[in-house]
Amino acid sequence: MEKKGLNKVDLIFEKIEPKEVLIKAFKMTSAEIIQNILESGLKGRGGAGFPTGLKWKYTAAEKSSEKYIICNADEGEPGTFKDREILDRVSNKVHGGMAIAGKAIGAKNGIVYLRGEYRYLLPKLMIELESFHKMIKEIGYEFNIEYRMGSGAYICGEESALFESIEGKRGEPRNKPPYPTVSGLFEKPTSINNVETLVTAMMILQHGAKNFIQYGTKDSRGSKVFSVSGDTPTPGIFELELGMTVQQFVNEFGDGDTKAVQVGGASGFCVPRKKFAETIIGFEGVPTGGSMKLFNSSRSMYNVLHNYLEFFTEESCGQCTPCRVGCQQLLLGVEKVKKGEAKSTYLTELVKLADTMKIAAKCGLGQSVGNAFKSIVGNFREEIIY
Amino acid sequence: MINLLINDQKVSVQAGTTVLAAAKKLKINIPTLCNHDDLCVAGNCRVCVVEQKGARTLIASCATPASEGMEIHTNTLKVRNARKHIVELLLSEHRADCTKCYKNQNCELQTLANEFAFGDHIFLDLVENKKYNIDRSSPSFIKDDSKCIRCQRCVRTCSELQYISAIAVANKGAHQKISSFHDRPMSHVVCTNCGQCVNRCPTGALVEKTYIDQVWDAIYDPDKHVVVQTAPAVRVALGEDLGYDPGERVTGKMVNALRQLGFNSVLDTDFSADLTIMEEGTELLVRLKKALVDGDKKISLPMFTSCSPGWIKFIEHKYPEFLPNLSTCKSPQQMFGALAKTFYAKKRNIDPSKIVSVSIMPCTAKKFEADRPEMRSSGFKDVDYVLTTRELAVMIKQAGLDFRNLEEAKCDSIMGDSTGAAVIFGATGGVMEAALRTAYEIVTGREVPFGNLNITPVRGMDGVKEATIKIEGCVDDWKFLEGAELKVAIAHGLVNANKIMKKVREGKAPYHFVEIMACPGGCIGGGGQPIPTNMQIREKRMKAIYAEDEHMVLRKSHENPDVIAIYKEFLDKPNSHKSHELLHTHYVERDNY
Repeated sequence: MEKKGLNKVDLIFEKIEPKEVLIKAFKMTSAEIIQNILESGLKGRGGAGFPTGLKWKYTAAEKSSEKYIICNADEGEPGTFKDREILDRVSNKVHGGMAIAGKAIGAKNGIVYLRGEYRYLLPKLMIELESFHKMIKEIGYEFNIEYRMGSGAYICGEESALFESIEGKRGEPRNKPPYPTVSGLFEKPTSINNVETLVTAMMILQHGAKNFIQYGTKDSRGSKVFSVSGDTPTPGIFELELGMTVQQFVNEFGDGDTKAVQVGGASGFCVPRKKFAETIIGFEGVPTGGSMKLFNSSRSMYNVLHNYLEFFTEESCGQCTPCRVGCQQLLLGVEKVKKGEAKSTYLTELVKLADTMKIAAKCGLGQSVGNAFKSIVGNFREEIIY
Repeated sequence: MINLLINDQKVSVQAGTTVLAAAKKLKINIPTLCNHDDLCVAGNCRVCVVEQKGARTLIASCATPASEGMEIHTNTLKVRNARKHIVELLLSEHRADCTKCYKNQNCELQTLANEFAFGDHIFLDLVENKKYNIDRSSPSFIKDDSKCIRCQRCVRTCSELQYISAIAVANKGAHQKISSFHDRPMSHVVCTNCGQCVNRCPTGALVEKTYIDQVWDAIYDPDKHVVVQTAPAVRVALGEDLGYDPGERVTGKMVNALRQLGFNSVLDTDFSADLTIMEEGTELLVRLKKALVDGDKKISLPMFTSCSPGWIKFIEHKYPEFLPNLSTCKSPQQMFGALAKTFYAKKRNIDPSKIVSVSIMPCTAKKFEADRPEMRSSGFKDVDYVLTTRELAVMIKQAGLDFRNLEEAKCDSIMGDSTGAAVIFGATGGVMEAALRTAYEIVTGREVPFGNLNITPVRGMDGVKEATIKIEGCVDDWKFLEGAELKVAIAHGLVNANKIMKKVREGKAPYHFVEIMACPGGCIGGGGQPIPTNMQIREKRMKAIYAEDEHMVLRKSHENPDVIAIYKEFLDKPNSHKSHELLHTHYVERDNY
């Protein structure tokens, strides 16, 4: 391990007694909890990487008798399956993290929005939740968690679309501002955090921010759980210190023939072999919510791109023009270029379109379609054309 | 106040003002598409994106509130390129058969295309790959999905203004579309045919079903005698489609134009509006007598007006248990139709089977109403063709008439006389005011106690209006009403109608008489009126309606000479047997989906 430069960490799945952390946390003031999280430099683990401490600080600053903590468990990014594992193995820490977040922002209610495909976890989670509620009561604290099921739409992982879905409406992103910290679920101040973020926050309180910042880099503190899939002899869930290069990652997980790694799923970036060494996995390089897909030389990057574009063409909510029509144009465009029905120079037009989508789409989905498109077309142009 | 810079110009606006509105204040034009003044912000077409200094992405100016110190640029290269792309994308999923499209030259996408996307298309055509439906099932309008650009104005109209949601967004991504309950045809869902969506559609995806050719055929058929009636709201809006500013009255020129088009007899819906007042006013007084004096428990109060076919279909779908509360009176259009092929035919000695009855309406629901099976009491289809205000403008253009220079003319006699009371039917509160002008006089023998007959409490654009009129000094026949307080309410736009109906259902509505119009502002804001229609324009049309009323010599329905004559010669008296046969109707319960 050491010689390959990869540091495996056991934080998320570490066996601890949540009750002790919670007792400790509930004795702290809201400001103290937030200060701890701010000092830890924790950034959201869902992929977007918004500083968690700031999110809590903003939500705490809102004056409202009702606030919400939402745990975003609508894990839909292709190639990501770490939240499923976390919920399966340490849901008590997820619930605990929500209670701590609730204390920080002043919310008494939390909702876990669980991906529709994870419904099979629900019976077990309900048992865990019951004992969590019992424990909270024993401590003498008041915090209630409910579960709401998603129904299979990728877009409902987008925070405001998720609120709409919980409210019983069509899952479509809202206009921002207002941001969720001001007006989220049911127009109340809401902090929405990824499953892993909440667990990490709890563990920061357990071990202290100072310990946490020993790991990772200046921009990417701590460790994170990765979902490793694709052409690898060892697919699965791995918790690793942040700050490694793609090369280090490939050395550990590759099959010896890795030609590209898709970091961050369909909405992430494709890193080609020639850039492995210089690319850091983290906010200073390519960020990821956990998805790491390895491709070896037997894979056609055209097929990879086509697959992603089909995915986005299906999963765009369809409300805004750049995303709804843009995805269709990118998909049809690469198909035509591949078949020779459009000139290869048309790819340049499509790259410009991807740039427009990045700045003009309404939400993160449409804005990030261009990531995969541009990085695959940019690095594997000949595979798209021929 | 919030201070910001737009294109380096300073502007101060109230908190909550959008960047778009702030730019408007500076007279900086930002193109929009999904935005409509009557509707909530969507921010989904993205045509209005602008650049905000320091922001990672462009922002939708219609959906972003101005904030202190903001620096906005509306016309940078980045913005223009994005806009061009967005318009090109919209065009790529839009069947652009512009020269053959009914909305040609009144299409917001076309205007944008002219500004941003002329020349060769950048992107591939997506229309050819998809199987699109053209839904012609409604007698009122056509829904052509191949022209839909998913701005969702129609969806927001249907839910926010009309509380129906007959259309909604279905599916996602590439398959997203505007659809109905289980994708049923529009004729088989809760749609009221009000046409408010048609009026707000920026493209040709929703247009009224036109009957222009059928009407031309009838006019040029020597065997046919074609009569035409025009609703009061048409004369204050038609001008907008013929180069006039909103709010200009073109009554006389319109009558002349209709004659020039070749209609054999140019008559007036105002006549049957006055007749409606006689019938409906009497019906109300009879209901009040039965309920208050005879203690008849079967009498349903409040009584609702029945002039608006969109409203009728709404209550048939949504509140069928209150159908007995609806006045049994047909709408003025249908009263006219029934009389055209009976009374008029007899009087002019024309075979009613040779009469083609055409009406010009501000309304698309009237097309549906004319098709209702109940509307054949003359033995024929009482009204053969209904044209919208917009269709009439098309006919005038087709005929090459120099509308502006036409002489003013008057309607023909027999069913052509009008009063101010009939004219105000076109605005919300108008039927109520007209009814009160007549009913009060029947009961007390005196004019309504309002200056110059203007019953101002029932006027205006408030969604729900309420008024109480104390009845004093009754004549002998109506002594039982002495001292009674007549409670009335008025709603326009079905979302407001629903507010009243909810109260009625909860037993919390103390009213005797309620006027409801399906469209915002009443008929002046009807689905068949010129596009665009918005609050500003509705207010101008409303002003014109009341000006028309004030300028009339006769302003009370019971003084209409043609109305007096028809009772004398044909109908006997209001609510007579003959009246019931021809002028009253019944309603049907419909499913709520």
